[in-house]
Amino acid sequence: MSEPIIRTEHLSRTFGRIKAVDDLSLVVSEGIVFGFLGPNGAGKTTTIHLLLGLLEPTLGRATVMGFDTRTQANDIRARTGALLEFSGLYERMTAEDNLDLYGRIYRMPLSERKARIKELLTHLDLWDRRKEQVVKWSRGMKQKLAVARALFHHPKLIFLDEPTAGFDPVAAAALQTDLAALVAREGATVFLNTHNLTEAEKLCAQVGVIRNGRLLTVGSLDKLRIGKANPHVEITGRGFSEPILASLRGLPEVASVERQNDRLLIELRGEAEAAPLVSLIIRSGGEVEEVRRGESSLEDIFLTLMKENKNA
Amino acid sequence: MRDIGTMVWKEGRDTIFPGGRLGNLSSLVFIALLGIVFPLIDRVGWLAISVQMVLLNVLFPFYYILVYIGDSFAGEHERHTLETLLASRISDRAILWGKVIPTVGYIWGMTVISSLLSMVVVNLAQGQWPWTFYTPLSGWLIVLVACMLVCLLAASGGILVSLHSATTRQAQQILLLGSLGLFIVLYLVFRALPSQWFQGLSGSQIFLIAMLVTFVLDAILLAITMASFRRSHLIAG
Repeated sequence: MSEPIIRTEHLSRTFGRIKAVDDLSLVVSEGIVFGFLGPNGAGKTTTIHLLLGLLEPTLGRATVMGFDTRTQANDIRARTGALLEFSGLYERMTAEDNLDLYGRIYRMPLSERKARIKELLTHLDLWDRRKEQVVKWSRGMKQKLAVARALFHHPKLIFLDEPTAGFDPVAAAALQTDLAALVAREGATVFLNTHNLTEAEKLCAQVGVIRNGRLLTVGSLDKLRIGKANPHVEITGRGFSEPILASLRGLPEVASVERQNDRLLIELRGEAEAAPLVSLIIRSGGEVEEVRRGESSLEDIFLTLMKENKNA
Repeated sequence: MRDIGTMVWKEGRDTIFPGGRLGNLSSLVFIALLGIVFPLIDRVGWLAISVQMVLLNVLFPFYYILVYIGDSFAGEHERHTLETLLASRISDRAILWGKVIPTVGYIWGMTVISSLLSMVVVNLAQGQWPWTFYTPLSGWLIVLVACMLVCLLAASGGILVSLHSATTRQAQQILLLGSLGLFIVLYLVFRALPSQWFQGLSGSQIFLIAMLVTFVLDAILLAITMASFRRSHLIAG
């Protein structure tokens, strides 16, 4: 089996008395989009800074593409691309010059830089505006350019820190689509920091969840669904009285019942069926208009983990 | 060297010629003042390397750099471009020299252009033929070297302050106050030295000693700046 592209062992970083990253042990395989999920201030950005060798760990160690982050940070930065918390574009420079700068930094020959600029800007529908200063652009366009910059020198590994943060849903979806297409075409591994669960569900093969610097869980979405959250049924109708709710809660296959106006949200244990629940409601005088059964979303898993962690 | 060249190119595109145009009208004001207005006031004395000519060619570039150099790192920090640059493969040394070289080169270059322009302006204003050049020529060259040393002093000190400042405004305030402090200290030191030390020295010799002191200060400030450049401090700060 090949060496993982990222490996951390008990990685920790403190700022004064604050533990930004706490005993993080993580393995990320090559060729996937890895989602690193967590609320604001969870330690996601600090983790990227540690992996790029921009910060030294207080304890533990990490390797990226086999290079130690403490002693071989230059080798790591030479082989990775990064779109950090802010786009990092030089706004007084043109779009073309912004890309050309990073091509020069990564010592790409002139002909290759020119071809790559055309390729990426054409792909992102920005080619006609390449001579414009970036300061005049919309936030979405700037972020697309920043994604292109991160991919410009064909890195094997790309760090993306909340690439769609603060975007409206339409702009976020558009950027996610561009991102997915580019990453698939380039064949790069992506370490994606996000608190946008839809984004993670859409893009990521594996996710890790972090809170207060500690890794709560890691794995594929399917594995997390099995391990962390139950399937649920949503029933719409009328007459969902307290006795009906109590009867449902008494059933062994029901994990929880919640009423929201004319809807019942029922969490099931294992692979329990919905039909007996519907029968019980009707027998007890309730009226059922619609029944929807759903798998747990990443949001359900995430919220379950947050609740568990808070209780712990 | 190639990386330093890249950073110099970046500074040129971002600061001096953003979007392919001269981004700062103050450059034209600089040349107009040092190349036309001041020489026309001083006339022949300017070409004879008067005290005014020396002071203006040294202090004007010095303060011009102080006004702008505070932006070098603090400004990049404020505009959120520094973090991405630090996350790239570019070396610390290239980033630092990529700030020092274009700043000193640009301002010193403008001073040389102004100096040549002022020679034309004074000759035209005097209406004399044949035209005269700076006399002595060696004096003019020494003034240009002194100007470069002083530019380097302002740039290295300015970058050091900018590295440790949270905002451009903070850096500029520290630099302006610091420069005033520097002149007060120099004045007090000069007053405190025994007068007989200077009795046997000509003005040129005193000027050369001042240049030597500036050179030593440049070396010290550059060394401190290089030593205090830490990616982790810039990221965590």
